[in-house]
Amino acid sequence: MTPSALPSSSREAPRALRITDAARGSGDRVFGAVGAVAAGFLGLVLVTVAVCVVHLAWPSIRETGLSFFGTSAWDPARDVYGALAFVWGTAMTSVVALCLAVPIGLGVAVFLTDLGPRPLRRPVSSLVELLAAIPSVVYGLWAAFVVAPLLRSSIEPALAAIGGPLFRGPPMGVGILCASIVLAIMVLPTIATVSRDVLAAVPSELREGALALGATSWDVVRLVVVPHARRGLFGAVLLGFGRAVGETIAVATVIGSRADVSLSLFAPGYTMSSVIANEFPSATSDLHVAALAEVGLLLFVVTVAFNVAARLLVRGERYGRALTVPAGNR
Amino acid sequence: MTESIDSIRLRAARPLEAEPVKMRATSLSAWFGDKRALSNISMPLVERKVTAVIGPSGCGKSTFIRCLNRMHEVVAGARVSGDVLLDGKSIYAPDVDPVRVRRRVGMVFQKPNPFPTMSIRDNVLAGLRLSGIEPPDEDALVEEVLGRVALWDEVKDSLDRPGGELSGGQQQRLCIARCLALEPEVVLMDEPCSSLDPVATAKIEELIHDLRDRYTIVVVTHSMQQAARVSDYTAFFYLGELVEYDHADVIFTKPSDPRTEDYITGRFG
Amino acid sequence: MTPGIESAYAKRKIAARAATVASSAAVVLALAPLVAIFLHVAVRGVRALSVSFFTEPVGARGAGMANAVFGTIQLVLLASAMGIPLGIAGGLYLSECRHTRLARAVRFCADVLAGVPSILVGVAVYAVVVVRMKQFSAFAGAAALAIVMLPLVVRTTDVLARAVPDSLREAALALGATRWRTAIFVVLRTAAPGIRSGCMLAVARVCGETAPLLFTAYNNRFFNDSLFDPTSTLQVQIFTYTMTPNEDWHAQAWAAALVLVAIVVVLDVLARRLVERKEVA
Repeated sequence: MTPSALPSSSREAPRALRITDAARGSGDRVFGAVGAVAAGFLGLVLVTVAVCVVHLAWPSIRETGLSFFGTSAWDPARDVYGALAFVWGTAMTSVVALCLAVPIGLGVAVFLTDLGPRPLRRPVSSLVELLAAIPSVVYGLWAAFVVAPLLRSSIEPALAAIGGPLFRGPPMGVGILCASIVLAIMVLPTIATVSRDVLAAVPSELREGALALGATSWDVVRLVVVPHARRGLFGAVLLGFGRAVGETIAVATVIGSRADVSLSLFAPGYTMSSVIANEFPSATSDLHVAALAEVGLLLFVVTVAFNVAARLLVRGERYGRALTVPAGNR
Repeated sequence: MTESIDSIRLRAARPLEAEPVKMRATSLSAWFGDKRALSNISMPLVERKVTAVIGPSGCGKSTFIRCLNRMHEVVAGARVSGDVLLDGKSIYAPDVDPVRVRRRVGMVFQKPNPFPTMSIRDNVLAGLRLSGIEPPDEDALVEEVLGRVALWDEVKDSLDRPGGELSGGQQQRLCIARCLALEPEVVLMDEPCSSLDPVATAKIEELIHDLRDRYTIVVVTHSMQQAARVSDYTAFFYLGELVEYDHADVIFTKPSDPRTEDYITGRFG
Repeated sequence: MTPGIESAYAKRKIAARAATVASSAAVVLALAPLVAIFLHVAVRGVRALSVSFFTEPVGARGAGMANAVFGTIQLVLLASAMGIPLGIAGGLYLSECRHTRLARAVRFCADVLAGVPSILVGVAVYAVVVVRMKQFSAFAGAAALAIVMLPLVVRTTDVLARAVPDSLREAALALGATRWRTAIFVVLRTAAPGIRSGCMLAVARVCGETAPLLFTAYNNRFFNDSLFDPTSTLQVQIFTYTMTPNEDWHAQAWAAALVLVAIVVVLDVLARRLVERKEVA
C-alpha cells in the first residue's frame, strides 16, 4: 500500500490509530477484564442461586433427610413437612400438559417449515411467539375465570361420563386438569418454536433430494426431515418439560392448592413451584422456610437436569449439521 | 436485439428438428420474487442424447433445469411462465401433479445429498419405496443399479452403512443410482461434479457417457471442457437468456454468436 | 404408471392431504387460546378500566392501581439499568473471546440460568438481599428481574455479535484498531439493531414476571417512598386479586391485565418490527 492510499481508503483511520496506539495493551486489558467480570457475574449468579437454596434448605435437609420426599404429610401448623404431594402434582401436571402440547406443538412446527401455505408461515410463526409473550399471571387470571368455569360446567362432566381412574370425583373446575391445560398452552410456543428451528435446520438439499425422487410434502417430512431431526425434536420436548415443571404463577392460581396424592385429574393438587409461591411469603417458622427451600432445591435440580439434557440434544443437532455441510460450497 | 437472438436461435434449432424431441421448453421465463432469472427460453431436449447447459455463474442455467421437473417452484417466491413439454404434453398444465413429473424426470444435485439417516441400500431404494413399488428382488436391483454407476464393487460389503460415510464422489454416484432406480425417462444433473476431485469427476463423466443409451440427459456445468467431452448438444446461457443452442461440436468450433465465442475462448465468465 | 403404483400414489396423496389438514388443525388449536385470551382481556379489561385506575393508589378509595403501574415501570427500568449493560458486556465478551474456557463455561451457565424457574431467583434474592436488609424492597425486586433478564440479554448479544462476519473484524484490526475498539465500534455497532430488539423482548418478558417479585418487592397498598420500601406491581396485584373472592377486585385484575398485556404486546411487536425492517433493508 502506498502512503497516499491510506487516508483516501479510510478517512477516520489516522485518528483512530493515534488514539489506539497510545491505549493499546491497557485498553484491551481493561476491555477483557470488564467483559470477563460481566460474564463471570452470570456464573456467579447461578452458583449463588444454588448456594442460597441449599443454605435455606439446610435445616430441613438435616431434619428429615430423604424421607422428606417420601411422605405427603404437609402441615405447617404442626411443623410437619413431606413433599411427595408436590412432586406428584408437578409430575402429573407436566406429563398431562406435554401429552396435550407435544402433538400440537410438533404439528405447528411442521406446518411452519413444510406443510403450511408459504404466505401463512411467517404470520403464524409470529402469533405463536406472541403466545409466549403473554405474562404468566394473565394466563392464571384467564384460566381461573374462563377455563375453570368451563371445565366445571361442561368439560369435566363430559369426561366423567367416560369414567376411569383419571376422570373421577366431582367436577371442581380448578385442579390438576385445569393446571395441565394452562401449562400446555404455555409450553406450546416453546415446543413449537424450538422444533421449528430444529426442522428448519435440516439441509434443504435433503428435502430437494426427496422431492426430486417424487416424494409428496408429507413423504419429505416423514422420511427425511423427522428422522434427521429426531434428536433435536426430543430436545424441544425436554425443554418444554423443563418449562412446565418450573412454571409457577399460572399453576398456582388454578391448581387448587391441596397437598394430596390423587390419580384423578379433577382433584385439586399442588406443585413444587406453586407451593413456594403461595407459602414462602407468609412462612414464619424456620423449618417451614427450610422445607419450602428444600422443595425449591429439588425443583432446581430437576429443571437444570432437563435443560442441560435438552440443550445438549438441540446443540448436538447443530454440530451435526456443521459437519455435514462442507465449507466453501455455495 | 431480441429479434436477432430469436432468429439465431431458430436458425440453430431448425436442423435439429429431425431428431426425436423428449422435452421442449417454450417461451420459458422464471422469477425469484421480482428478480427475473430466465427470459423467454425456447429449446428442445433431444431423446437419448446428452444436452449440456453452459454459461457463467448466475446465468440461469441451474434455474432452467429446475424448471424442467418443477423443482423451481419449491423455493419460496419462485414462479414460472411459458411452458415445458414432456413427450408433447405440458408439465405445467393445471391438472398435472408435480410429484408425477419428478418421477419421470429425475434430478442429481450439485452437492451430493444422500439421505444421512438411511443406509446405502435404503438410499438406492428410497425412490421406489416412496412410490410404493416393491421390486421382486431388492438385492438384485440394488446390485444392478449400483453396478450401473460403477459403485457396486466399492460398497458391496458396506451396504448397511450410512450413505453419508462415503467419499464425495461415491456419494454423488449413489445419488445417481438413487435416481436411476426409479427408471426415470430424463435425468437432470445440476453441476454434478462441482464438489468433486478430478478422479471422481472422470468417473461421473464416464458414467454420463454410458447412460446416454437409455436416458435423455441434461447436464449443467460451468466447465466448457466438460461440456465438450460429454455432450451431444450444448446450450449457452447468458444473463438469463439462451444465446445459442446447437450441436456441441458446432458450439465449440464455430459458434454463431460473438458472446458464445467470447465465453468459450475465455474472454469472460 | 402401473395400477399398483397408481393406487400407492393415491394413498400417499391422501396421506399428504391428511397431514396438511392435521397440522393446520394444530395451528388452529394453538392460536385459539391466544385469540380467546386477547378477547377476554380486552372486553373485561375495558369494562373495568377507568381514569382513577391510573390516578389512585390501591389503598385509596375508588378503583385505582396507580401505584402498581408506577411500581412495574420503576422496577422494570431499574432492572433494565442493571441487567442490560451487564448483559451486553458479558455477551460481547462471550462472542469476542469465544474460545476461552471462561466463555464456554459462562455460555453454558447462561443456558442453565435461562431455564431455572424464576421463583428460585426470587428465593435467592430473598436470601441475599431481603434477609440482609431486613425488609422487602423495590431494589430487591429489580435485582430479581435483572437476574431473569441477564441470560436473555447475554445470549442475544452473544449470538448476534458472533453473526458479525470476521472479515469486518479483520478490516478494523488491519486499520490498526485494538480488539476492544473493534468490539465496540465495529461488532457492537453492526449488531446493534438486533441487540436492541433482543433487549426489548427481554424487557417485555420481565414486565410480566410475577413469581420472583412475590417475596422480593412484595406488595404495597401505597406508593413506595424509596427504593428500599416494598413496592406494588401490576403483576403481583393481579395475582393477589385473582386469588381473593371479591368481584370488584376481579374486575380490577382484568383491567390491570389489559394494561400489562398492552405493554408487553407493544414491546414485542415493536421489537419484531425493528428486526424485520432491518432484514428488508
